[in-house]
Amino acid sequence: MAKVRVLMAKPGLDGHDRGVKVVARALRDAGMEVVYTGLHQTPEEIVEAAIQEDVDVVGLSILSGAHMTIIPRVNELLKENGAADIAVIGGGTIPEEDVLALKEGGWAKEIFTPGTPLETIVEWINSHLKTENN
Amino acid sequence: MEDLILAGDEKLAEIKANQEKWLEERQKIKDRPDKFETVSGMSVNDLYTPLDLKDFDYQKDLGFPGQYPYTRGVQPNMYRGRLWTMRQFAGFGTAKDSNQRYKYLLAKGQTGLSVAFDMPTIMGYDSDHPRSLGEVGRVGVAIDSLQDMETLFSGIPLDKISTSMTINAPAAILWAMYIATGEKQGVRSEQLTGTIQNDLLKEYIAQKSWIFPPEPSLRIITNIFEYACRHVPLWNTISISGYHIREAGSTAVQELAFTLADGFAYVEAGIKAGLNVDDFAPRLSFFFNAHMDFFEEIAKYRAARRIWARHMKEKHGTKNPRSLMLRFHTQTAGCSLTAQQPENNIIRTAFEGLSAVMGGTQSLHTNSMDEVLALPSEKAVEIALRTQQIIAHETGIANVIDPLAGSYFVEALTNKMEEEAEKYFAEIERRGGVLACIEQNFFQQEIADAAYSYQRNIDAKDRIMVGVNEFVNPDEKIEMDLLKIDPQVEKEQVAQIQKLRRERDNLKVNETLDALRRAFQDSENVIPYILDCVRAYATEGEIIQVGREVFGEYREKPVF
Repeated sequence: MAKVRVLMAKPGLDGHDRGVKVVARALRDAGMEVVYTGLHQTPEEIVEAAIQEDVDVVGLSILSGAHMTIIPRVNELLKENGAADIAVIGGGTIPEEDVLALKEGGWAKEIFTPGTPLETIVEWINSHLKTENN
Repeated sequence: MEDLILAGDEKLAEIKANQEKWLEERQKIKDRPDKFETVSGMSVNDLYTPLDLKDFDYQKDLGFPGQYPYTRGVQPNMYRGRLWTMRQFAGFGTAKDSNQRYKYLLAKGQTGLSVAFDMPTIMGYDSDHPRSLGEVGRVGVAIDSLQDMETLFSGIPLDKISTSMTINAPAAILWAMYIATGEKQGVRSEQLTGTIQNDLLKEYIAQKSWIFPPEPSLRIITNIFEYACRHVPLWNTISISGYHIREAGSTAVQELAFTLADGFAYVEAGIKAGLNVDDFAPRLSFFFNAHMDFFEEIAKYRAARRIWARHMKEKHGTKNPRSLMLRFHTQTAGCSLTAQQPENNIIRTAFEGLSAVMGGTQSLHTNSMDEVLALPSEKAVEIALRTQQIIAHETGIANVIDPLAGSYFVEALTNKMEEEAEKYFAEIERRGGVLACIEQNFFQQEIADAAYSYQRNIDAKDRIMVGVNEFVNPDEKIEMDLLKIDPQVEKEQVAQIQKLRRERDNLKVNETLDALRRAFQDSENVIPYILDCVRAYATEGEIIQVGREVFGEYREKPVF
């Protein structure tokens, strides 16, 4: 079976990369291929990298409060570029209300907020891709 | 008379014999299966005795408050003279919104202001720049030009308060706007008191809000040192910050060592730029994190003062006692707070604040319980400020200077922190200094490793976080009024900057920007040129853009 490919991205202007790096490393330790974009990426740059790297999942880490702008934007750009099959997940300081809105709007498949065990993210990706592939 | 801590050789032998007897008994009793280590993973003994302080020398290691090596504090009377400054970091939305919050905080008894800027301001983009979309006024106040700064401090006399501004890459510009706002209020720059964070080294290391590469950044910083000596002598020109290093996941020792290494690098940069160390070193200040491990934190602050004093005296030959004093601000650890059962964060913050005070901080920000969810609400900020007031006025802690000195544990831990920091200094030197270490990703990798291992420990329940991996409330529903930023803020801010661009004297703006470009290219001090730009209402983004064109932008090679 091919390895799961994940793009971990840090959109927007904030530089808080502790979370994104810890998650990237956990996914790598769980056997996934992980590409980390580095900081200050625009939605356009992220979508371009996701397509180029042919990933299954894009993880967006946002701690600047700009999630309601950025996550939908990445989603739209993926659709526009015929890559709607790439699952978008998010993480960061995102209030419950916005988590619901992002999921109900179909902009994010899942949002992981502070306190989430790393294993939960690994399991979510594995089981999501299993369902998708069946 | 025999020193109460320092026992003589004969006594030590007796203590040693008794310790062995005790150990024999003690080892028969089973301990809990937990790991006994600090929050940073440093193992600690179960008991400390004079045997752990064999070479302890009161005069050499501690001395008296306000005296070398300042282990016990920088002022002779510490909090009996003046309590620490209670300084709550705040800022959101437009300058007008934040101005109201500042007036509220001052009315509640806060004694200094601390400005939080939004991400576009921090990164040097105007509110109408495409990269600012969705970020205007979100995590702090949006400041585009002098006009916004005037509004931010409207009705707040700058000669009566001190202001701390958390700004780094564009610090010179925001500082110039503050000076110019003072001019408009009729306050001379010599009267202004406050701090700009202005610490770019920790940006490359941990917080990652950089614009220019390290070399030009260091040059602008030394320009600020020089300008302040002459024109803004009461200003703290830099706040050398461990806070963000810790928040990025470092251990306490790494926070201590990397921050002081940065401090020494700034001193060397200032000297290299031709400044007299005793002219600028007294205005250097520090900023540390207060995490959950009470004694480790106190030991960290005490060790920081001693290391700084020793290095400044022995390596840099400073003559002015103020150059030897490490003065610092503390903020409680945002990363120790939990989104689960957020009310528990009040208690965490109280303990952290207590450690900062017992460690001799000069000012303190206590986090609000809801900061892990959003920017703090007014109610949460009030509780956080009240926490400090309770520490100050009800606990009795402010009565006695450095109350934990002489504790075998605290002194042994203080020594240990110093020793471990010295090991890091040697490693940094071996690798070619701070800039070389940044280039090699040394700090970044050390911090990422510590952050990962911390998270793994929590996931494995080797470390308990109440409400997160133990004592969980499965039906928890968080009911808290969170501060929301109206999307209208961005629209208003964009409209305002565009109006400014139409109405100001654009010829004058271009003239001042051109002069600044020449100063950037040349080796002149750039601050007077930045001041001219600001006075002409050039925007922050326009001024930074000139710098971007001359110096280029920094890019990191990300590691995880």
